[in-house]
Amino acid sequence: MTTEYVLGVRFGYGHGPHTVPQSADTMIRSARAPDAIATRYPVVPFREAMKLERMRHAAQLAANKGDETAMARVSDLRKQLRAAPIKSMRAAFARILDAKSPLRERLTWFWADHFTVAGRNIAQRAGSAGYVDEAIRPHVTGRFADMLKAVSQHPAMLAYLDQHVSIGPDSAVGQRRNRGLNENYARELLELHTLGVDGAYTQQDVRAAAELLTGLTLTKSRDFAFRSAIAQPGPETVLGTTYGTDAAAQLSDIEGFLDDLARDPQTIDHLATKLAVHFVSDDPPAELTRDIAATWRDTDGDLAAVTSTLVNHKLAQRHQPDKVKTPITFMASVMLALGLRGADIAALRLRDVSRRFGAPLQTMGQPFLGAPGPDGWSEDPADWITPQGLAARIGWATWAVKTWGQDIADPRAFLARTLPTADGGALRFAVGGAETRADALTLVLASPEFNRS
Amino acid sequence: MSNGMLSRRAVLGHLGALGCSTAAFPAMTQMTFASVPTDNRLVVIILRGGMDGLDVVRPLGDPNFSTLRPDLDASVHDLDGFFALHDGLAPLLPLWDAGELAFAHAVSTPYRDKRSHFDGQDMLEAGTGTAEPDTALRDGWLNRLLETIPHAHSQTAFAIGRENLRILSGDAPVANWYPGTRLRLGSAAQDLLADLYAADPLFRDAAAESLHLSDVTGPDDTARGVRPEVAMAKFAADRLRQDTRIASFSLSGWDTHRNQSRMMPRVLGRLAETIQTLKEQLGPDWARTTVLGITEFGRTVRTNGSGGTDHGTGGTMILAGGAVRGGKVYTDWPGLSEDALYERRDLMPTTDTRAYAGSAIRGLFGTDRADLEHLVFPGSDLSTAPSVIL
Repeated sequence: MTTEYVLGVRFGYGHGPHTVPQSADTMIRSARAPDAIATRYPVVPFREAMKLERMRHAAQLAANKGDETAMARVSDLRKQLRAAPIKSMRAAFARILDAKSPLRERLTWFWADHFTVAGRNIAQRAGSAGYVDEAIRPHVTGRFADMLKAVSQHPAMLAYLDQHVSIGPDSAVGQRRNRGLNENYARELLELHTLGVDGAYTQQDVRAAAELLTGLTLTKSRDFAFRSAIAQPGPETVLGTTYGTDAAAQLSDIEGFLDDLARDPQTIDHLATKLAVHFVSDDPPAELTRDIAATWRDTDGDLAAVTSTLVNHKLAQRHQPDKVKTPITFMASVMLALGLRGADIAALRLRDVSRRFGAPLQTMGQPFLGAPGPDGWSEDPADWITPQGLAARIGWATWAVKTWGQDIADPRAFLARTLPTADGGALRFAVGGAETRADALTLVLASPEFNRS
Repeated sequence: MSNGMLSRRAVLGHLGALGCSTAAFPAMTQMTFASVPTDNRLVVIILRGGMDGLDVVRPLGDPNFSTLRPDLDASVHDLDGFFALHDGLAPLLPLWDAGELAFAHAVSTPYRDKRSHFDGQDMLEAGTGTAEPDTALRDGWLNRLLETIPHAHSQTAFAIGRENLRILSGDAPVANWYPGTRLRLGSAAQDLLADLYAADPLFRDAAAESLHLSDVTGPDDTARGVRPEVAMAKFAADRLRQDTRIASFSLSGWDTHRNQSRMMPRVLGRLAETIQTLKEQLGPDWARTTVLGITEFGRTVRTNGSGGTDHGTGGTMILAGGAVRGGKVYTDWPGLSEDALYERRDLMPTTDTRAYAGSAIRGLFGTDRADLEHLVFPGSDLSTAPSVIL
């Protein structure tokens, strides 16, 4: 039983009156089951966000030409675009609260962070959650190579890392318009998404990868397209392997390159370590990362098997809370502990979601889908438990207890249910000594035991 | 993977001078920092959205100006016979008269052509010298500046606000606080929390510092309708009067695509109040302070179809403070004739924003010129800007 509680915190969102502790095998099984919760609480699809943006743009042009009624349409569409990320945030929390597989939610956020897209403008921000649902979520228990390819063909990533403006200098378009390469995506693909910053690749490889990736672009309506007219002609040699031929460039050349990257030993080590760091410890035991990497190699990157090795590993099942929950995980676990259901969140008005979830997340240091760069969020506990971050957590916990915790009669039972694995001497003393029930509940939620995982 | 917030190194190194409410956190006792060898202060306000410098500091003496933007009304105040100040900044005229306010006109970062807020702001804060964002560089120029300041410590620079300010993120530890944040607990709960945190230094030290900052921030002005930037200015001034020498926060609302005549006075009023707040709250230290107001780009020289202006290139930088060589509009004025414009649409930038910022930093902190031109602002040329600090 203790193991299941440890796993519930490390690979889920902790414990509450409605959660059922899962064994490692149950966790993996439920993460592989059909994804009903995503349908129940949908986020705004990327394409819908782009459609709103096209309509806004058209209305803006009309307004610029003097169409008096167009301005009202522009502001209405802007309002819809601004509402989109808030709707998606509401759905994301509702999913966690009702999830049959909390592990799937955690894996989704882990891989979404690995393949960070942070919107640069209101349209991209409106579509970011859709990107996660479309390119990441379906693959979290699938093959890594498939996720890598889905990401490489998703317009959100191509726009975020400027791939859509990268043009083979010797391609028909490049020659005609005197345009050239943009290495941004190629570099991050090697440095962040696959081999890792310490990987054995050179600037030459980045350049060749950038040439190979030309052709990945967007249509006018911001859908994915492969256009050989902008692709650098001829074969490219990256990391010692040659892709493509003298014939017209093909998408399958790029996919072959991504398949090779996905099974490169450096990629495997990079990602085995990253998984262990994210879920277990900033300084993970070598045995753990070695075993994860071995499964990755043996199964050619089957993420269900890889995750299973992680979750089943004895070193991941010890109660040793080295990590700190990210703000999103913290907020979700507070709500679970207080017994909220997805419907409670889904019923909230958008302005309340923005005020009560969006703003506090930002103060805690993690604006929703707004990582500071393509390298995603920090894994270092010290980057989260800052004076401001901690004050925001305690402030939010105080508000959450006041709002949702009125019916919790016995704080000692709350403590036992929420943190069954905590040693609890100091916690029991604090809960017993608090002046009010609300203070007692807040102290539990503010405790290091609750905030660590 | 820094998110720009105060790091553990910072907190552990800082057993700060704490107020009464932290009595429950006995680990935090008096400690003084080795002083940073300067009394001068730098505040950088990031004006997000692209401030229309041509509207704020109007080149009335340029023969082409009057025909370009016939629909942007505002009363103005003559500055030097050529430039006139938008009435929205009229509250700052006493500073101008006292020589504590200056502008640098026709400036921009090296960012060109795409005119994206995101990329433009990224470059403004990264301080890089390329026309497009240099993605290999992920930190900000104020953080790199800290590396050049001897004895810089966790409180030397403060990033203020909810956002993760790129300009201050990087390897050097910086402090971070949003003055709307409070750690408030009853004294009994606070004692119990201290017990809970006693064995966990990360939580213990963050809480102690948080209580301290909650105390020094005073009552939460933002809850009583005080504008966030004014609360941030107050908080910045308070820190700058202590050990802090560099503070940064942002003020958005400059993206005036429409109804600029109505939007501009409002946002200028906010900026004026922010700068006045800094002056009032800094008291005698205002004399040693420089405030830089910088923006990602200027705006088109002509108005668009909806009474506003679109994203442009050359713009204006604001310099205020007792340390500034003020009462002057610094510029190598390019003119506004069609062929003098950048791409026939924008004010031609004639000086790099970074050269002015570098000149200010050199004047304030005596930073080595090579450090400024290579480390802080790679590829900048300080000789292109005059000396702006007294």
